[in-house]
Amino acid sequence: MRYVIALPFLWLGIFFLLPFALVLAIALGTNAPDSVPPVDLGIGLKSFTLLFTDDLYLAAWLTSLRIAATSTLVALLLGYPMAYAIARAAPRRRPLLLMLVVLPFWTSFLIRVYAWMGLLDENGLLNQFLRWSGIAANPGTILGTEWAVQLGIVYAYLPFMVLPLYAVLEKLDVSLLEAAADLGARPIAAFLTITLPLSLPGVVAGCLLVFIPAVGEFVIPDLLGGTETLMIGKVLWDEFFTNADWPLASAVAICLLVLLAAPIALFQRQQARGPEPARERRR
Amino acid sequence: MIGRARFAFTVLGFGYAFLYLPLALVMIYSFNESRLVTVWGGFSTKWWSALFANEAMLQAAWLSIRIAFVSATVAAIIGLAAGYALARAPRFPGRGLFGSLVIAPMVMPEVVMGISMLLLFVGAERMFGGPERGFLTIAIAHATFSIAFVAIVVQARLADFDHSLEEAAMDLGATPWVTFLTVTLPLIAPAVASGWLLAFTLSLDDLIMTQFVAGAQSQTLPMRVYSSVRLGVDPQINVLATVIVVVAACALIFSGWLTRRKV
Amino acid sequence: MSGPIVKIEGLTKRFGAVAAVDRVDLEIARGELFALLGGSGCGKTTLLRLLAGFETPDAGRLLIDGQDMTGVPPHFRPVNMMFQSYALFPHMNVAENVGYGLRREGMAKAEAATRVADVLEQVRLAEYAQRRPAQLSGGQRQRVALARALVKRPKILLLDEPLAALDRKLREGTRFELVRLQAELGITFVMVTHDQEEAMSMATRLAVMDAGRIVQVGTPYDIYERPASRFVADFIGVANILKIEGGWLALRPEKIALSVERPGLPNVAAGKIVDIAYEGDRSLYRIATDGAVMIVSTTPNLSHRRGDSVWLGWAADAGHPLDA
Repeated sequence: MRYVIALPFLWLGIFFLLPFALVLAIALGTNAPDSVPPVDLGIGLKSFTLLFTDDLYLAAWLTSLRIAATSTLVALLLGYPMAYAIARAAPRRRPLLLMLVVLPFWTSFLIRVYAWMGLLDENGLLNQFLRWSGIAANPGTILGTEWAVQLGIVYAYLPFMVLPLYAVLEKLDVSLLEAAADLGARPIAAFLTITLPLSLPGVVAGCLLVFIPAVGEFVIPDLLGGTETLMIGKVLWDEFFTNADWPLASAVAICLLVLLAAPIALFQRQQARGPEPARERRR
Repeated sequence: MIGRARFAFTVLGFGYAFLYLPLALVMIYSFNESRLVTVWGGFSTKWWSALFANEAMLQAAWLSIRIAFVSATVAAIIGLAAGYALARAPRFPGRGLFGSLVIAPMVMPEVVMGISMLLLFVGAERMFGGPERGFLTIAIAHATFSIAFVAIVVQARLADFDHSLEEAAMDLGATPWVTFLTVTLPLIAPAVASGWLLAFTLSLDDLIMTQFVAGAQSQTLPMRVYSSVRLGVDPQINVLATVIVVVAACALIFSGWLTRRKV
Repeated sequence: MSGPIVKIEGLTKRFGAVAAVDRVDLEIARGELFALLGGSGCGKTTLLRLLAGFETPDAGRLLIDGQDMTGVPPHFRPVNMMFQSYALFPHMNVAENVGYGLRREGMAKAEAATRVADVLEQVRLAEYAQRRPAQLSGGQRQRVALARALVKRPKILLLDEPLAALDRKLREGTRFELVRLQAELGITFVMVTHDQEEAMSMATRLAVMDAGRIVQVGTPYDIYERPASRFVADFIGVANILKIEGGWLALRPEKIALSVERPGLPNVAAGKIVDIAYEGDRSLYRIATDGAVMIVSTTPNLSHRRGDSVWLGWAADAGHPLDA
């Protein structure tokens, strides 16, 4: 057992934990464009100061949080009814319905984002449809706006919302709802007082699984958002690849990590606690 | 009751349309005669021939498949160990940290993991002169973030099985290692296999970490797709998308069959 | 071949701050069908798992057949266990399950197959050898688990709640079958149960456990007739516990006579019937006397009604005095 524990411990220690120390070290250094790699090590907060004083970066942080939050909310509003409907479907149909939710996740992320490019383009299929149906004669371009980014995030991360929600809703004992009805609760009241509170762990897990990666998302704002939408993941990417400013990119990574530390810890607590109710139930 | 059935039907109909319509359109337009992806110019398979004659794309695909194979195998072995430890070792020093370490890569933003791994490899290169960035570094990066997914599937599967099965084997004279080989492993093999498949898919699909840790020479499939897509819509990508969706559907059906199969 | 098959000295096992097994001393003789009886959380299962080697003791010694087993892992111990959940390997058929332990000893395939066939015959499962556990009934699974443990010819067979997963009807029959099998094979059985009826009817001797300690060891007759404490008297069967000078008196309900007229017995009490529970072969009465409510068991007499005034009486040696 000792080796069984040591192997993943060692691997993750070297390839996951240790690199963060390096990121911190680089973030405290200064940019040195002429050397290879382009960093002078040292202890300085220059990159961090820049991050917190320059309006551009502050705006990027705020945009990222706003877009991630609204996308999460929309994904929840869309995903909850879906998860509920699947959990209440006939048991033999559930695997198929669930598989249909998971399938897009197994295809390429890049391809799924790409799919929206052709839809949202100025002469894309969506606008063609709007013009043809007469809903809007002169629709604007969605591609390249924040709307497109939010749509893309909801689309890409919807499976992550539905799965944990389904997991809790499926376990929900129907007799609890029958008991509530028997005690005089209308369906809406039963939903609000029984189903919703009991599915809260799934809601939290699903929201975190969408929110956390959405904050640091790069591909979606890059392909759907154009130059207009500045999200922090894109800032990191550009600082690193375009400007070759490693300390600044590292500082962004550190800030992102600190920002997401609380939601990640919350998610891990949920995961650790996960099996408990299941065990109770089996007894 | 009719109301509820209609509610479910509407919700699921809308949800699945949202999920599949964009993909369906991409697939349909892979048979489009026109170069413009938004205008239907008649049925044609010319983009299919073009893609399969695209040497650079095929090379990238082959590289991606090899990386995915190696990284998924490494992730399956380490993830198996991690999942086993999480499910079967209730107490050991550092268990809290261990659990966090295993799960964290699953939710860590990819840009953060990408930059941190690159810095590690740059540091290693300066100190030990290697490894050279390319196949190996990409495989290590992919394996690192796939471990979490394998570990979670394995842990869930183990939680379904009574620990007394393993105790029974030991009671009947099996050493811990023989117990693992004859009882535990056969029982969790489907979970390991589907974890491997998931790791394989994730590796095949990863762009961000790959972009950070890949050397100048290595171009994986997502990197090629990305550079092509940045310039706008490309019918060859539609063909590729169609292939990926079909392959993914087959893989998923296979994986579902693995996990649901009666033991 | 003499001396006890199991000798336990000061055995202690703690989980955190709780001592699940607390300084237990116990000897079990060869060929006994010994039962560990107690409520949930009394430590009986932990004691059984210490015998099997799944738990390591924090203190004390454990000898099996004269050999110190403290620190010996389960796969080297000459004992086998029948698990409460049966723990049948779901990916193996019945014959593979039963043969598993023999193969681990390195026994040749042909010889193992003969042994497996024999033991399956013994538990009347010969025609199920190729089935998977999932295709068997609860009773059949129980017999597979039994066969799997017995085929190794252990010095001791450990049984963790062997009948708990069976339905009531099957339980009665299986009880006799286990006793018959034990007598035939001559193997020492150590059984854990929470069901006192099961322990009383099957065991040659039993130990009553409470809070990690053994509170009494003896034959079923001893324990029923001469309980060592109020706890045992109350836990085994039903007892009226009366305060007497210098301690208490345990009085079994069936030792009390119930009559309308004052009986000519050394001990009498007048009372009123509070409740009657008719159980077919007997009736239980709750009778409010001067000091306490007493429980009396007699053959049914339908002339008694709730609220009737009655007399209770019992012989001088009917009760058993208790110290604690």
